[in-house]
Amino acid sequence: MNNAFGHPQSAVVLGATSDIARALTTRLVALGCDRLVLAARDEVQLAAEAQRVKATGASFVETVRFDAVDTHSAIEVVDQCFEALQARGWQVDLVVVAAGILCDGVDDWRDPAVVERCVTVNFSWPSVALSRSASSLHRQGQGTIVVLSSVAGIRIRRSNFIYGAAKAGVDGFAHGLAEALRGSGVNVQVVRPGFVKTRMTTGRRVPPIAASADDVAAAIVRGLQTRADTVWVPTSLRWVFGVARMLPAWLWRRIPF
Amino acid sequence: MGEPCARGESRRSARLLSGWGRATASRAEVLQPRAAVEVETLVSTRSPLIARGLGRSYGDAAQCAGGTVVDMTGLCAVGPLQERTGLVEVDGGTSLDRLMRRTIPRGWFLPVWPGTRQVTVGGAIAADIHGKNHHRDGSFAQHVSRLTLATPTGTYELTPERDPELFWATAGGMGLTGVVTRATISMIPVETSWMSVDTDRFDDLDEAMAAMQQADADHRYSVAWLDCMAPGRHAGRAVMTAGDHAKGSELPARLARKALALPRSRALRIPFTPTHGLLNPLAVTAFNETWFWKAPRRERGRICSMGSFFHPLDAVANWNVLYGRGGFVQYQFVVGDTASELVAGVIGELRSARVPIFLAVLKRFGGSSPGLLSFPMPGWTLALDLPSRAPGLPDVLRRLDHKIAESGGRVYLAKDARLSPDLLEVMYPKLGDLAHVRDRVDPAGVLASDLSRRLGITDAPAHAGLRKMTAAEGSNSQKR
Repeated sequence: MNNAFGHPQSAVVLGATSDIARALTTRLVALGCDRLVLAARDEVQLAAEAQRVKATGASFVETVRFDAVDTHSAIEVVDQCFEALQARGWQVDLVVVAAGILCDGVDDWRDPAVVERCVTVNFSWPSVALSRSASSLHRQGQGTIVVLSSVAGIRIRRSNFIYGAAKAGVDGFAHGLAEALRGSGVNVQVVRPGFVKTRMTTGRRVPPIAASADDVAAAIVRGLQTRADTVWVPTSLRWVFGVARMLPAWLWRRIPF
Repeated sequence: MGEPCARGESRRSARLLSGWGRATASRAEVLQPRAAVEVETLVSTRSPLIARGLGRSYGDAAQCAGGTVVDMTGLCAVGPLQERTGLVEVDGGTSLDRLMRRTIPRGWFLPVWPGTRQVTVGGAIAADIHGKNHHRDGSFAQHVSRLTLATPTGTYELTPERDPELFWATAGGMGLTGVVTRATISMIPVETSWMSVDTDRFDDLDEAMAAMQQADADHRYSVAWLDCMAPGRHAGRAVMTAGDHAKGSELPARLARKALALPRSRALRIPFTPTHGLLNPLAVTAFNETWFWKAPRRERGRICSMGSFFHPLDAVANWNVLYGRGGFVQYQFVVGDTASELVAGVIGELRSARVPIFLAVLKRFGGSSPGLLSFPMPGWTLALDLPSRAPGLPDVLRRLDHKIAESGGRVYLAKDARLSPDLLEVMYPKLGDLAHVRDRVDPAGVLASDLSRRLGITDAPAHAGLRKMTAAEGSNSQKR
């Protein structure tokens, strides 16, 4: 059960091998969340992550493999993850949707296959997974969903607009879902990190405001305690993007980051 | 029994429920039965299930996510008062307020009052509540001479003599042994409903604690309000009130005709929930300053109404919304006299973690209750209201849990919404006995609350389905 601080005792992590998810899992286990189902694409990395999480003190860790290019698989994957916990008499207190890929090649937009893959992995699959998770949590009577969005979807930039567009989609879907679930006992937290130094962003130019994966994890845990519906990391980005959203295109174009 | 308090059909609806602290919420199907037999049917046909009274438990004790919550407030008949013995039989959903309004005009007082009259008798037994007279009179269940318990395997008529095991598993058992549909309470005789109160103001905590130990011997009721927001060594400065029932001869002439007056039944209601709450460190510091200096340094024998002495917060029906959307947690613990330094230690740790303490109440406990999961034990109990959003609060409470457990103390489950399961058995060593009783009356694990699942008291076993069958087969023994 989630306690008064929104700390869960059991969690499902979709996209569990991402750096942000890993940092979050570490913090959750330390807070007493010791029953986890980890789901990710790469089997080897997933097995290694499960080992690591067990070593940090989790008493129950199960893994589920999935590939987010197949939208329909989301239903089955979510069901499998829930089943692993509920069959043992535990509720699913938290679902983390952290699956995503970066797609910011200069000419990516010319390749329909890349566009499709980017939108499916970052928007379609997560949305279906959110829908399914929300239904299950609703039946359960309580639970929290944490969705990884991005500031890239708040004001879309030329340099990564496919990723930004997909994140904008999932951001909107999650916020709508949060409204739909009001009063049901299910809370949705949408996380909007800025630039995060992770494996996904290696090789990219680091902007002046950047966070670490653990900063994001800390902000998420704090957001659970305050029941925040939107979490910006770092928090200053809330104001930065409040302004950025209103800038005219000719000015936005000239901002180098 | 008297006339029913709720009319019409039994009601059902899916609702979001939270505790009085409003920091945990979950949805369940809420049913409000109007007869004990309906409760018996629910308990034997639905799962998971927990009873709920007036929702004054601060945490998640009376909610059951995805399951059934039996709202007992529809069952609140008050039986005839036996004028010679002071025994009265009531339905489990009867509020102490309702009961008091029947008995006080005839000179009988509740044996134990919590800080509010808005709790049900069933809830009072399930949490084995205590009052300002614990050092003298013990806990609520020690004044219950008989109770009717609806369980998944049948209904039991219990007395402390006839089935002590189940009786004392139910007293303080947080509803995990069944639903109390009826109880017989032994009331105490009073000449008046007024209190004769001594007040003392102390500039620091040590002085106050020394005086409280003394007051125990001299007064039936005693409690201290602490100002934990005061700076420096004044943190924990206190106003102690100690009282006794006023005798008829002590009342001034103008009250003589109102010797058995009842408290006002109407309360203010705050019509909205302020998003960020109206309580902040500044407001609370200002309030505390006023409250502290308003109290006389030393006053003897002041005649007070029972309402103002026992239940000052009842004047505002829903004061809990003042904490805003995030709600609050109440941290109440007890430590033995040998660990009395923890009282100041806890306040100190919270202050150094910059957690504002909005309300602090200190009391002394007398003996332990025989209840397996009863909270009281000899020593000091401190209750603290803390805003649940305070940064650092989860960590500091976790540290304090360990210190309290190590010293042999415990935290109060009726207030809890955040304890972790690993310390539960250290704090409540008779937890294993409760499991044993549950195997007898609820082998399928029907009775469960968010609290019991969070603390692993009722972790559903993987073979629950199988056990359910065995339970059904063996359910006909031991019934009334």
